Amino acid sequence: MDWNAIQQYLPLYQKAAVLTVRLGVAGIIFAIIIGLACAVIQYDKVPVLRQIVGVYIQLSRNTPLLVQLFFIYYGLPKVGIRTNAEICGIAGLAFLGGSYMAEAFRSGLEAIEPIQTESAYSLGMDRLQTMRYVILPQAMSTSMPAFMANVIFLLKETSVFSAVSLMDLMFTAKDLIGMYSKTIECLFLLVVFYLIILLPVSIVGSLIERRLRYAGFGS
Amino acid sequence: MLDLGLDVLFKGKNMARLMRGLGVALKISAVSVLISLPLGILLGVLMTFRNPIIKAILRLYLEFIRIMPQMVLLFLVYFGTTRAFGWNLSGETASIIVFVLWGTAEMSDLVRGALIAIPKHQYESAEALGMSRIQTYWYIIIPQTVRRLIPLSINLITRMIKTTSLVLMIGVVEVIKVAQQIIEANRTASPNAAFGIYLTVFVLYFLACWPISLLASYLEKKWK
Repeated sequence: MDWNAIQQYLPLYQKAAVLTVRLGVAGIIFAIIIGLACAVIQYDKVPVLRQIVGVYIQLSRNTPLLVQLFFIYYGLPKVGIRTNAEICGIAGLAFLGGSYMAEAFRSGLEAIEPIQTESAYSLGMDRLQTMRYVILPQAMSTSMPAFMANVIFLLKETSVFSAVSLMDLMFTAKDLIGMYSKTIECLFLLVVFYLIILLPVSIVGSLIERRLRYAGFGS
Repeated sequence: MLDLGLDVLFKGKNMARLMRGLGVALKISAVSVLISLPLGILLGVLMTFRNPIIKAILRLYLEFIRIMPQMVLLFLVYFGTTRAFGWNLSGETASIIVFVLWGTAEMSDLVRGALIAIPKHQYESAEALGMSRIQTYWYIIIPQTVRRLIPLSINLITRMIKTTSLVLMIGVVEVIKVAQQIIEANRTASPNAAFGIYLTVFVLYFLACWPISLLASYLEKKWK
């Protein structure tokens, strides 16, 4: 192991890791918004929108992110929709993640007994209030384990961003291997940086899961 | 009308070439699934044993494989092991190795989950009836876990197919690579080919995975 090389590459990896996390977090936030909207639409059985959401979920879950990114980045500009690489990465991650988040939230929503909605209505709450104060808080905690699994999954999926020439960790590693062929050192740093990003999220995920089980949720 | 570049598909053998590219991706996933299903079942059963050493080793393997993006694993095997051990690996072999390692880890976790979902008293009752460990698994545990496992393993197949799109990055000529070649070759004749061709790739992947996930969710509902 050539520690000098590692020291020399470190700043490049740090920059790449920041990009990976920044795009990952942005994509996940949009995925949560899309997922929440889709889950509520399906739960409330909104006509028309519900069918659209159904088609979207099937399309997004049954195609790889890499193909989605290629279509957004190289295909869409040909019909006049131009984006830069970063927005394309975030859009791709949000498109993929939206359906996974929707499924997580939907299972949480479905775990809530209809009697709760009925009780809320009979107390004089309207639809929005029922959603906001009764249904969502409970559904959120039930869907937390699936939610955390999705966050880890989406962070891992950012590794394909290098395909649309974003300088993320994979891109940096491949580039450095190509230039200096210090393969082992480059791969070592790659693994270490992904561990730094993903391990804390994974640990927080299992802590949350344990806590929820303790609280008796989802049983 | 807007030129969507779909005409390129019908020039020469372009569509057939794309299909062949998809065939490469599907072949890699089929081989990997066939190897990782039995291995995963074996490891999953091993993980329910109480031997702390086996448990620790398997746990480490499982956690490492699951926390690393599959792309990193591909790089580790394709660039890393070839450098460290000085052997030669084709992109295809490297990807099969990675997908077997990954598929086995995922499958073993599914198996472990299904096994521990079976109440402990069933094991104890079997033992009380004088059944051996093998008999207990064969007659009591396995028939119950299989139902729970089949939909989940079918889902794993679609995940495997989607993940094979990554082999593009280690130089395997699969459907996206073929798409790039077609677009490049028709750059002047139809500049909008990127739209039509990548849309086609998108649809092809969808058509490969959708029926499989429909089957999985059908079985899941049926056997609930």
